[in-house]
Amino acid sequence: MTKLIIILLSAVFINNYVLNRFLGICPFLGVSKKLDSATGMSLAVIFVMLIATAVTWPIQMYLLEPNNLGYLQTIVFILVIAALVQLVEIVLKKYVPALHKGLGVYLPLITTNCAVLGVTILNIDEGYTFLEAMVNSLGSGLGFFLAMVMFSGVRSKLEGADIPKSFKGLPITLIAASITSLSFMGFGGVIENLFA
Amino acid sequence: MNKLQNFSKGLISENPVLVLILGTCPTLATSTNVESALGMGAAATIVLFCSNIVISALRKVIPDKVRIPCFIVLIAGFVTMVQMLVKAYAPDLDASLGIYLPLIVVNCIILGRAEMFAQKNTVIDSAIDALGMGAGFTLTLAAMASIREIFGNGTWMGISIPVLSDNHVSILTMAPGGFFVFGLLIAIVNKFSKSKPKKKDFGCAGCPSAGVCGGCAVKEGSDD
Repeated sequence: MTKLIIILLSAVFINNYVLNRFLGICPFLGVSKKLDSATGMSLAVIFVMLIATAVTWPIQMYLLEPNNLGYLQTIVFILVIAALVQLVEIVLKKYVPALHKGLGVYLPLITTNCAVLGVTILNIDEGYTFLEAMVNSLGSGLGFFLAMVMFSGVRSKLEGADIPKSFKGLPITLIAASITSLSFMGFGGVIENLFA
Repeated sequence: MNKLQNFSKGLISENPVLVLILGTCPTLATSTNVESALGMGAAATIVLFCSNIVISALRKVIPDKVRIPCFIVLIAGFVTMVQMLVKAYAPDLDASLGIYLPLIVVNCIILGRAEMFAQKNTVIDSAIDALGMGAGFTLTLAAMASIREIFGNGTWMGISIPVLSDNHVSILTMAPGGFFVFGLLIAIVNKFSKSKPKKKDFGCAGCPSAGVCGGCAVKEGSDD
């Protein structure tokens, strides 16, 4: 149990996908302008990360590895994720229209999001069990959510700021991201010592 | 557009990293030292070169509706080949690139060039385009990695630099330094580019691969 909590907390704070591992930078910079779109995108990412892990982990362990097909990992994972996202979108549209309305527009964007492919591959690389892999995916998704929500607050302040012309737009956003990332470095070492 | 312009646009006027803002994730992650930056650049260039050639050769065969899945499968195939080659012949590079090597599949430079260029142009032009874009990507990565390695670690390609190696700013090699240096580089490019960069802000509207990921237009529109 302690191990699961450690995995969850380190995925959220220490190895934060956006601010520490640089995965999913495009949605982080592109969709973080408004709080509601940042929230919608992050919820969709958490959702897709969880189902992608739930499907790719058994595929790797019970299909690819016993048959010595480990080298097909990249191709199989990206195809499975792409197909899965389409399928989920169709199912949601038909049976849970309310949820589809909230997450629907963000789902197709996530297919080629490196955070989702990244989390499924990392789960295998780290040698997690199924439960640990699911917890790690949840933590990574929550970490993405946290970074997006925090950063959308920072960006709404930036809108009104008076900054040099050549820094307008992307450069100042990146520098703000740098400071946000710096603040997350403060979590380093906290989690291990919490349970030591 | 002649062949030379086709090549050189990837280096400066349409630099994939600093002007088109594609492939930000690997740029930030692998630019901590020059060697891994060059390795990442070379791996991405090989994949881009192969995928551009094959996609433009097959551009009349692949039906329009299923083109994105086809492109992804082709790209994933080439990435797997590069991955196996790197694992076999450059295990050190494999260790330093880690997860970012398989993630070349979702690097938007490659899918973006397939969608924007290779599926509309001849094989030769696409190959030249891929080389130009790849060179632009590699050089930018190397430039950014040089800044981070020289000031952050006091070395360059492993060679120690006299004064700086005693007074290095190690934060530059960590995550915040990546964002910071990248932000500064883009600001410098904005300052000196003559053709005033289009007003476009970062976001799906300005993203050249917006067509690839679909949905963007819908969302951006509903935001305003």
